[in-house]
Amino acid sequence: MIHHLFLPLIVPLFGAGVATIISRRQLWVRVIALAATLFNLGYGIWLLVTIATAGRQVTQAAGWVAPFGITLMADGLSAIMLALTALLTLVTIMFSFVTIEARQERFYYYPLLLLLMFGCSGAFLTGDLFNLYVWFEILLVASFGLITLGGSRAQLEGGLKYVVLNLFGSLCFLVGAGLVYGVAGTLNMAHLAERLNTVQQPSLVTAVAGFFLVAFGSKAALAPLFFWLPASYHTPSIAVTALFGGLLSKVGIYALYRVFGTVFQRELTWLAPLILLVAGVTMVVGVIGAMAQVNVRRILAFHIVSQVGYMAMGLGLAGTVGLAAGILFMAHNIVVKTALFLIGGAAEHLTGTGELKQMGGMARREPALAVLWLLASFALVGIPPLSGFFGKLGLIQAGVAREQWLIVGVAAGVSLFTLFSMLKIWNEVFWKKAYSDMSHLPRAGVGLLAPAAVLVLVSIAMGLGAAPALEYSTMAAEQALDTVGLVRDVCGADGCDAVELAVAR
Amino acid sequence: MTFVLSLVVGTLFAGAAYLMLRRSVVKLILGMALLSHGTNLLLFLMGDGVVKGMPPFVDEATGVTPTAAADPLNQALILTAIVINFGFTAFILALAYRANQAVGSDDLDDMVETDRL
Repeated sequence: MIHHLFLPLIVPLFGAGVATIISRRQLWVRVIALAATLFNLGYGIWLLVTIATAGRQVTQAAGWVAPFGITLMADGLSAIMLALTALLTLVTIMFSFVTIEARQERFYYYPLLLLLMFGCSGAFLTGDLFNLYVWFEILLVASFGLITLGGSRAQLEGGLKYVVLNLFGSLCFLVGAGLVYGVAGTLNMAHLAERLNTVQQPSLVTAVAGFFLVAFGSKAALAPLFFWLPASYHTPSIAVTALFGGLLSKVGIYALYRVFGTVFQRELTWLAPLILLVAGVTMVVGVIGAMAQVNVRRILAFHIVSQVGYMAMGLGLAGTVGLAAGILFMAHNIVVKTALFLIGGAAEHLTGTGELKQMGGMARREPALAVLWLLASFALVGIPPLSGFFGKLGLIQAGVAREQWLIVGVAAGVSLFTLFSMLKIWNEVFWKKAYSDMSHLPRAGVGLLAPAAVLVLVSIAMGLGAAPALEYSTMAAEQALDTVGLVRDVCGADGCDAVELAVAR
Repeated sequence: MTFVLSLVVGTLFAGAAYLMLRRSVVKLILGMALLSHGTNLLLFLMGDGVVKGMPPFVDEATGVTPTAAADPLNQALILTAIVINFGFTAFILALAYRANQAVGSDDLDDMVETDRL
């Protein structure tokens, strides 16, 4: 009997394979994509509950004893990300049913979505540094396919930048993984956490940690390595933009949390001021970049950059409270960002353009869409009782507790500018008079509204249930930082070195 | 030997940085390829693979592990990295070809449509 941690990997991979084989039967492909995603969502929710009651879940691939084989593990942070990945893929697939072009659908659109979910789920579940690299490559190659699917000039240009920067980040990651192996002689995260504190050359470890910071920072779009994101994210189809915007940069943040929270804990205390600086610059640059834009999806793409800064701030505050707030903010942002892209995208789909100047009149024409936008954008800005408020409140409280006044001030100030951008879109797309006669344009059906509505409901639930959400994210942060418990769960009570010695004897 | 290979890694990285900072897409791709080769060599250097040359097999008669065995893990890592980088190089070449068709230029400075307001 296979361990349950393999299921969220096997099911999407199998679904992608079958969907590729029968790619001519569009209806069946859709059914398979929907079924695999629903399975992962169900599994993710089950895992959330299981971890809350039974703690960290660990298994060893092919029965190789840790630290020799590849470890799969899930703690609270993994489970949150796994469930949200499945939720996002699900709403993206629902949105794709009504918006995606038939030509793209024929070119393996749904199999690529499933492979993306497969890669992300693997990255969230692995307990091995090199294996994390491999999962990153899997999700990258699926995302390369999705971002260039369609082959317009803008997509090819944006895609080239996206591909080059992400490959550069991956190579940095690989160099870091190689150096870590040279320094510590292992790649298992638990074993590394055990060994890196007693390693001979601690300054070398700090340098290696820098490689990981650059690698994951470029994938998460932290300043100054974020330029590829606004250059490419508005080019693919709306559904793909929504999925990427919600999910992909947060995989980089997840990797930062995992690697710096668990493996490089000592280096985190060294690098924390640098991370806070980067976080602050990212917030400010992203939000100012958004103010200059005049296209719905481009504005939102710059806001991804800005909000990734808040998540890095959670890491930079280097403690359980900061990390817990960061996790809560990330969970909220994944949901709300995708919702905003879906709502703005729906308006773009109906109007036929994403340029603010040529839009308008949506509030009168599509009141349901307008209400959804208001809720989602207020959640993004952080107006209580919506979900964004509690994440930001937690971050600011953690910053005050650490007496990092500058970053607290920046985080609070950037919110105002976020509000400005959201109101700009509200005025131009929804409130002002229609730019041209819209009576011949299609109306928004349930298929267009439902995906965003699901996400807005989740966001409202996270806002109203803020206490349990914060409790869960605190547990997740404690688990992520608890290296002693990790070593015990992965290698047994005596630790990984003891296992290695026993086998050598 | 380790020292010589370290110099090679450094040279590959330097060449990669130079090529990647040029405006030509072809040179950019060549730079990525050099960077991945340098990385592979660096992985190779990380496990005493150069100094110790024995295969990592336990002697069947005596049951003794050879002390000078080369680390097999790096070689597995390199193999994985080579395959991945090969696939990505192929993909990026195809992408650059299509971009070249669409833009009509090899110059990265001509690819600014997605950055304009």
